[in-house]
Amino acid sequence: MRYERPQTIEDATALMAGAEANAFVLAGGTDLLVRMQSDAFEADLIVDIKAISGFDAITQTEDGFVIGAAVPSAALSEDAALVAAWPGVVEAANLIGSTQIQGRCTIVGNLCNASPAADSVPALVAADARAQIAGPAGTREVAIADVPTGPGKVSLSKGEIIEAVLLPKPEPRTADAYLRFIPRTEMDIAVVGAAVNLSLGDDGTISAARVALGAVAPKVLLVEEAAEALIGSNLDEAALEALAVACSNASNPIDDKRGTVEYRKEVAGVLARRAAQTAYARAGEN
Amino acid sequence: MSSKKHYSITVNGKQEEFLAEPRELLIYTLRERLNITGPHIGCETSHCGACTVTIDGKSVKACTMFVAQADGKYVTTIEGIGGLDDLHPLQNAFKEHHGLQCGYCTPGMITRATKLLEENPNPTEEEIRFGMAGNICRCTGYQNIVKSIQAAAAEMNAAKEAAE
Repeated sequence: MRYERPQTIEDATALMAGAEANAFVLAGGTDLLVRMQSDAFEADLIVDIKAISGFDAITQTEDGFVIGAAVPSAALSEDAALVAAWPGVVEAANLIGSTQIQGRCTIVGNLCNASPAADSVPALVAADARAQIAGPAGTREVAIADVPTGPGKVSLSKGEIIEAVLLPKPEPRTADAYLRFIPRTEMDIAVVGAAVNLSLGDDGTISAARVALGAVAPKVLLVEEAAEALIGSNLDEAALEALAVACSNASNPIDDKRGTVEYRKEVAGVLARRAAQTAYARAGEN
Repeated sequence: MSSKKHYSITVNGKQEEFLAEPRELLIYTLRERLNITGPHIGCETSHCGACTVTIDGKSVKACTMFVAQADGKYVTTIEGIGGLDDLHPLQNAFKEHHGLQCGYCTPGMITRATKLLEENPNPTEEEIRFGMAGNICRCTGYQNIVKSIQAAAAEMNAAKEAAE
């Protein structure tokens, strides 16, 4: 196995572009190393991106936040401005693994691992975050929802590496929230994850909303009917019920040991309701 | 193809220099190369926490790291926390409160708990259970592990107050 630790993104993308087979990008390594152990496969090339300047930084810009691809999840909750702006994204990132994993794992890794149950991904989609991708042909930006294409699969081309996640600057009176359900109290794979991001108008009604679900389809779902159920309401019972129904209807989950199809559809509605209530309360305080 | 590289890691205050394959897991470097056998191998897939060590001030499972990623870093294992003649208050509390049965998970439990009590010197039971969630005890002796950590926290806080 060849292990490279390039100093620049250009060197990193060139290494990935020139690799013959079995090449992997390494940041925290909390998914890759486990897969190498449990599936007992050998990588031909590993490109460790942690030495690239700026990759370990969270930067606040006029447009929002730039979270480098090598920023560990634990660092998100240590950034007060980010916690204030996107509490739902931070709470989702802080549900990945245990404390020991938090110090290593990254949200870009969580995204690129492309698990349908990835915790940070619904929250990033609800926040309308984008991925900044570097590649041999230059850089491009795509919506987070367009990165995973199915379980374990992403839309990146050969040689492309996600450099950073871009979070917009939230509008006034905007807040997000993420909730997931797991069979034990910590450290398990989501049965369902629900993220809600909403903005309030001057009169306190919801003026904009984005609702995203995880673990109920082959990839993260952005549920537009659920957002429409919220917009124009004061989060009254009718709006909450319409939100829950829209989320249950949009869900297309699998049956497994963690939950049946019927159960997951029900839980998707319940979690979306609760996440909406948290986001609404937070937005009112902003 | 052998592709050994030179690495330097400081373990429990002692700088170690050696040649190794970059993809060697840190837990094997510690146990088999450096003969530091306190951190245990439970699952090798980051589930159990028996291999927990502290790296540059953060709890890490030594099976989720290549030796190449630990180059130049400072590692603390259970051996660096306390020995037979100078038990750490956590080690003493685990002994006094039956915080172990077979003992296999204990080095990882105590190493993680030292960081937990640094991060939060007065944890509630719920905070202990959440902060220790990455460590699994196959004897399911969690009740006494929580009690041991609570007892150590009380002792450490009392010692700190007495010193002030």
